[in-house]
Amino acid sequence: MKRTMLRTLLTALPTVLRRAAAKHASVKEHMRRRGECVVQIGLKDKSIVRHFVFGRGGVHGRPGAHPQPDVSIAFKDAATALAMMKPGVDRGFAIDAAKNFKVVVTGRDAAVVWFMQLMGLVETAGWAFGHRMPDGTVRYTTNTNGGPLFVYVRDGRILRVTPIDFTNDDAPSWSVEARERSFSPARKTTASPHALAIKSLVYSEKRLLYPMKRVDFDPDGERNPQNRGKSGYERISWDEALDIVAAEIRRMKKQYGPGAIALFHPAHHQWGNVGYWLSAMTRFGNMIGFTRMGFSPISWEGWYWGAQHHFGNSLRLGLPGFYGTMEDCLKEAEMIVFWSSDPESTGGVYSAFEGTQRRLWAKELGIEFVHIDPHLNATAQLLGGKWIPIRPATDPALAIAIMHEWIVEGLYDKEYVARRTAGFDEWRDYVLGTTDGIPKSPEWQEAETGIPAKDVRSLARLWGSRKTYLAAGGLGVGFGGAARSATASQWARCMILMMAMQGWGKPGVNFGNLQFSGTLDETFYFPGYSEGGISGDLAHTATGINNYCRMPHVLTMNPVKQIIPRQRLAEAIIDGKATGYLWDGSALEAQFEPVHYPMKGYAPVHMLYRYGSSSFGTVPHSSRLIDAYRHPGLEFIVNQSVFMEGEAQFADVILPACTALERWDIGEWANCAGYIHHSQSQLNHRVFVMQHKCIEPLGESKSDYQIFLEILQKLGMGAMFSEGCSELDWCKRVFDSSDLAKVISWKDFLKKGYYVLPPEPAATRYPRYMQWYAEDRQKDVPEPHPLPALYVDEFGKGLQTQTGKIEFVSHTLARAEPDNPDRPALNRYIPAWEGPGVEELARRFPLQMVSAHPPYTFHTYGDEADSYAGHIADHRVAINGFRYRIVHVNPEDAAQRAIRHGDLVVVFNDRGAVVCAANVSPLVSAGVVKTYESSAQLDLVETARGLVDRGGCVNLLTPGRTIERGTEAIAPNSCMVEIEKWDGVTREAAE
Amino acid sequence: MSKWALIIDVAKCANCHNCVVAAKDEHDGNDFPGYAAAQPRDGRPLITLRREVRGNGPMVDAAYMPVMCNHCDEPPCVRAAGDGSVYKRSDGIVLMDPERTKGRRDIVTSCPYHAIAWNEAREVPQTWIFDAHLLDQGWPRPRCAQVCPTDAIEAVRLDDAALARRAESEGLRVLNPEFRTRPRVFYRNMERFLAWFVGGNLVAEVNGRRENVAGATVRLYLGQRLIGETVSDAFGDFKIDGLERREGDYRLDCSHPEWGAATTAARLDASRFIGTIELGG
Repeated sequence: MKRTMLRTLLTALPTVLRRAAAKHASVKEHMRRRGECVVQIGLKDKSIVRHFVFGRGGVHGRPGAHPQPDVSIAFKDAATALAMMKPGVDRGFAIDAAKNFKVVVTGRDAAVVWFMQLMGLVETAGWAFGHRMPDGTVRYTTNTNGGPLFVYVRDGRILRVTPIDFTNDDAPSWSVEARERSFSPARKTTASPHALAIKSLVYSEKRLLYPMKRVDFDPDGERNPQNRGKSGYERISWDEALDIVAAEIRRMKKQYGPGAIALFHPAHHQWGNVGYWLSAMTRFGNMIGFTRMGFSPISWEGWYWGAQHHFGNSLRLGLPGFYGTMEDCLKEAEMIVFWSSDPESTGGVYSAFEGTQRRLWAKELGIEFVHIDPHLNATAQLLGGKWIPIRPATDPALAIAIMHEWIVEGLYDKEYVARRTAGFDEWRDYVLGTTDGIPKSPEWQEAETGIPAKDVRSLARLWGSRKTYLAAGGLGVGFGGAARSATASQWARCMILMMAMQGWGKPGVNFGNLQFSGTLDETFYFPGYSEGGISGDLAHTATGINNYCRMPHVLTMNPVKQIIPRQRLAEAIIDGKATGYLWDGSALEAQFEPVHYPMKGYAPVHMLYRYGSSSFGTVPHSSRLIDAYRHPGLEFIVNQSVFMEGEAQFADVILPACTALERWDIGEWANCAGYIHHSQSQLNHRVFVMQHKCIEPLGESKSDYQIFLEILQKLGMGAMFSEGCSELDWCKRVFDSSDLAKVISWKDFLKKGYYVLPPEPAATRYPRYMQWYAEDRQKDVPEPHPLPALYVDEFGKGLQTQTGKIEFVSHTLARAEPDNPDRPALNRYIPAWEGPGVEELARRFPLQMVSAHPPYTFHTYGDEADSYAGHIADHRVAINGFRYRIVHVNPEDAAQRAIRHGDLVVVFNDRGAVVCAANVSPLVSAGVVKTYESSAQLDLVETARGLVDRGGCVNLLTPGRTIERGTEAIAPNSCMVEIEKWDGVTREAAE
Repeated sequence: MSKWALIIDVAKCANCHNCVVAAKDEHDGNDFPGYAAAQPRDGRPLITLRREVRGNGPMVDAAYMPVMCNHCDEPPCVRAAGDGSVYKRSDGIVLMDPERTKGRRDIVTSCPYHAIAWNEAREVPQTWIFDAHLLDQGWPRPRCAQVCPTDAIEAVRLDDAALARRAESEGLRVLNPEFRTRPRVFYRNMERFLAWFVGGNLVAEVNGRRENVAGATVRLYLGQRLIGETVSDAFGDFKIDGLERREGDYRLDCSHPEWGAATTAARLDASRFIGTIELGG
C-alpha cells in the first residue's frame, strides 16, 4: 500500500510543481532561477526511484535512476518517504530520519537547498499577509528593540510606521486597584523614538547596498592591513565577495587550524527569533568553527560580579526579580528611591514607554520620589521629587552611611535581619567602625559624595521609617548607571544589603520602579531571543530550556573552545594574548576561573568575521581597536553590516545585510528570555508579532540568513544550515513551537501580523517577589531559579547562597578569593581607581564623565548620520552642517571655560579626544559632564592635537580596565576628562 | 460646526520626541497631493520641543513643550498668501496648497510663531498639517497624539463654545496670546514654562550637629505683600512655585516653633534656589 502511494506521489510531483508555478510567480521564479537540474528521489535499494528534470522554468518526471543527478534523495523505506514528502511534514520525524540516516541527501549543496526550498515554497507561496488600507497602502507589522510597529507600504516603499492601537478584537487589558483607585493601561503599544525613526534607517545614505572590497586589498597579493580605515572601497559582485570569504575560511582551516577565525558581534540585534545573532549567526558560526567572543554582562556588571554573592539569583546575573511588585508598590509603598535609575531614558530595556504610565500613577497616588544621580535625569525631570546629586562612583559611600544611620538610630528591621540574614554583626562592626576605627557616618561620606551629612540623615530617617521601594538602576532591579563604574560591584552589593536591613519582601518593601507590571500571563510560552532561535546551540544559548524541546531542529556545536573576551580583542590581536573571566549564570562560582587566549591547542586568530559595526561606540577605551584592526596578524577582516559606520570601514570585504523590514522574522515584544526571564513583564500587554517582509531588500543587500546560507553553500553546508528552509519556513516553525499556535491560526496571524494575549486573571496574579522568602515559605513566583542542586535546605526554600539566606558577608567570595583586596567578602568602600580622588589625574582632567545608555537610539542602532534622531536636540545638534553628539555641562563648569550653550567643545583625556556640542544647564551637577555612549559614527580627523573624533564615540575616552581584579566588567562611568571650547580646527581639517 | 484643536499637557511631556520623529516620518519623502509636498530628509522638523530648565544647585526642574503650527483662527499666513493658496478649512485646519504656494518664501515670515518651514527642495512653505490627509481618511487623531506615550497630546474636535469652556475650566493657555492670531493649540500647566519659583533649605543646630528642619513655615514677601507660603519638607527644603516673573527684592520669613526663625532677602531675576538658611534665635 505504502509503496503504491509513494509511486503515485512521485509520478504526480511534476504536475504539482507545474500547477504551483502557474499559480504563483514566486514558485515560477524559484524554478527558473536554477536552470538545468536533475533531482532524483527514491528508495535506497532503488526498488522505487524516479528522477525529475528541471529546465527553462519547467519540470518533467522520468522513471528510474539518473546516472548523474544533481540532487539525490534516498529514503530507507516507503514509510519514511511518505512521511517526509507529505505537505506539513512533522519536523521532528524529518530530523530524526536525517540524523539517523533514514534519509540521505547527496549532491551539489546549492541544488539541494534550492530543491528543498522549492518544495517548501509550493506550500508557502499562497500565504497572504498584510492588511490593505482604503488609500491603497498595505499595512504590515514589524517588531523592534523599542516596540512593535505597523508599517505602511505603497508601491514597494515604506510610507510610515506607527505604534499599534488595539481594537475590540484584541484581548482586554488588566486593571489594578490601589488606594481606592483603579488603574488600567492605554489600549495601544508604545514605541521608542528610535523605533519610530526606523524608516530613516532603512533609507539611510549610510546603507551598504553592494558588496565591496577595499581598493588596496588583494587576497592573492598585497593585503595592506595598515591602510584599513583609510583606503576606500570598490564595488564587487556577490560571487566575488562570497568566493573571497569562503576561500579565506578554507585557508584559515588548512593553514592555521581550528580557532584561526574569530566571529565578533554586537550584544544586540534587530528583533526576531530567526535573524538574531544568537540564532542564524550562531548556527553559521558553529558550521565553520570559530573563536568565540567572550561576553561580559555589560550593563549589569555590579550585580553579576558583586551583588549576587550576597543573595544568589545568578541565573538573573545577580539581579532581583520583579513579580507582583507593581501592585504591591502602588498599594503599599510610601516612597520610591530612584538610585541611578532612569527608566524613562531607556524604556527599561526594549519596552518603550510601557512603564511610564505606571510611574505616573504612583505620582497621582502621592508616592514620594527621591532621585540619587549626578544628573537630574529624564525620569527625575518627569516625576519630580527630591534630587540628591552625587559624585559619580561614590554611591557605595552614601549607601554605607545610610546604613550607619539605620544602625545608630535603630531604623532597620531587626527581626528580619535576625531571622532571614547571616553575618550582620561583622557588617555592623565595619559600618560603625568597631573594627577599623572609622565610623562610616554621614560626615565620613561627605567629602567623597559631595552630599551634606544632614541630607544623608534626613534620607536615612525617611527611608527607615517608611515602606520604601528601591529603584536601583534603570529597570529598578539593576541595569546601567552606577553599575558601570569602578565601584559598581560595591554599590550593587550595598543595594542588596540595604534591602536586607529593611525587610525585603515585606509589604511595600522591595526593588522596583514600576517598570514591571506583573499582571501578564507568564505561563504562555513563546521563545525570547536568548533561546537561540534556529541556532541549535545548546551550549551558548538558552535553547535547551524550552526551544529545543518544542521546535525540533538539528543541533549544532562549535568545535572551537577558544575565547577572546569582548573587551580584550585589541590585546589579543596586538599582544597575542589576553585573559578574562566568564559570563556564566549557572552558579555563583562559575565566574572565578580565568580563561586565557590563546587556548592550548588552538590557532591564534588570523581572520575576523565582524558582524555589525558597533564597537567603537560601545567598548571602553575603543581607541585601542584602531591598531588592532590594522595589525598584520589579522590577515582578513570581513564585515557583514547594514550600515557603513563604526568599524565597517576597517574591513577588507563588506557584505551588505538588509534591515529586518526587508526580510521575514517573528518575535514577541521585549521578550529576551535567558538571563532576564520574563522580561516582557515590563509591558502592559504581551504582544506577539509577525515581522513581515515589508519591502524587498534595497540594492543588492541580502538578509543575514541568506548571506550565511550562500557562504555555506560554497562549503557544502547549506542544506545542513538551512534544513532546506527559507526564513519564512523557520518563522512558521517558531510559531508552531509556541503556545501561539493554540490560540490563533497561522493564516490569521500571518495576515493580521500580531496577537495580544489576555492578561493573568486578578485572582491568580503572582504574589510580590521575595514574600515567600520573608515568610520563609516555598517559592511561589514563576521563576525556575536557582538550579535545584543549589538549594541548601530543601527545594524551593531559601536562596542560592551557602547559608540559604541573604549574607552580609559573602561565603562565596570568602571561599573563592580570600586574598583579592578589590573584592573582599565583607563589602567595603574603596574609592574609584579613576576619579577626583586620584589627584595627579584630576589635576589635568578635573571633570567626571558619565556616559549613559542613549535615550534616542538603541545603542548604536538609530544613530546613523541621517537618522531622524539627528534632529533631536538632546541627541545631536547640527553645527555648520555636521550633527554632533551633545554633552551636558553645568553652568559653573561652562563659565570657567568660557563655554556657552551650543558651543562645540572637545572632550579629552590621555586616551583620546572627541568633539561634542555643549548643552549647558544645571541639569547636571558641577564637576560632572554627562553624555551618551554608543555613537554609531566614528569620524576621525587628523588635527594639531592628534586624532580627534567628531562622530561622538566617547568610549574612545573611557578606561579599558575592569572594575576590580578577578572580573570582566567595564567601568565607563569612572572616567576623568577635561573639556575645552573647540576652535574649529577639526572642521577645517575635515573639509 | 466642530473643529480640530490640540490640547497639550506640559507637565506630562516626557521629552521623548516621538511627536517630532512621527512628523518627520510622515513627511520625509512622502508627497500628499493637495496637502503637503515631500520634505527632504534634513528638512526642518515640523514639530519641535522647547525646554525650560529652572533653578540651580540641587533644586532644579525641567519642562518640555511641543510646538508646531497653531492652526490659528486668525491666521497671518492666510492673509499673507492673499490668493487662497493658504486657507483655513471648516474643520479649523490651516493648509498650504503645495502647488499654489510654490516659490512663496514670503509666507514663511508671516508666522509670528516661526512655525513655517521652507522646503528647499520643492520651494514651498510647509507646516505641520494636523495630519489632515489622515483625518480625511478616517484616522481618529493626528500621529503626534497617537505616538505620545503619556497622552500629553490630546486632539479634540469641538465647537467654539465647547472649546472655550474647556479652556476656561482647565486653565488652558495658548502661546503668545499677544499675537492675537487665536491659536488652536492649547497648553495645560504652561506655568511650568512661565512661572518662577523660589526655593531654599532650612537647617538648625541640633545636638551639636547641623540638621535639616522639617515643618518650618516659610513666607515669601515682595515688598510688604505676602505672595507665597509653604512648609519645609523632610529634607528641610521648601519651594514656592507659580510666581509671576517679576524681578525685584523679595524677603523670606522662615520660622519653626522649636528651632527658631530667620529672615532672608533675595533678589530674583529668575527661578532660584537661594541655598541653605540657618534658623536660630
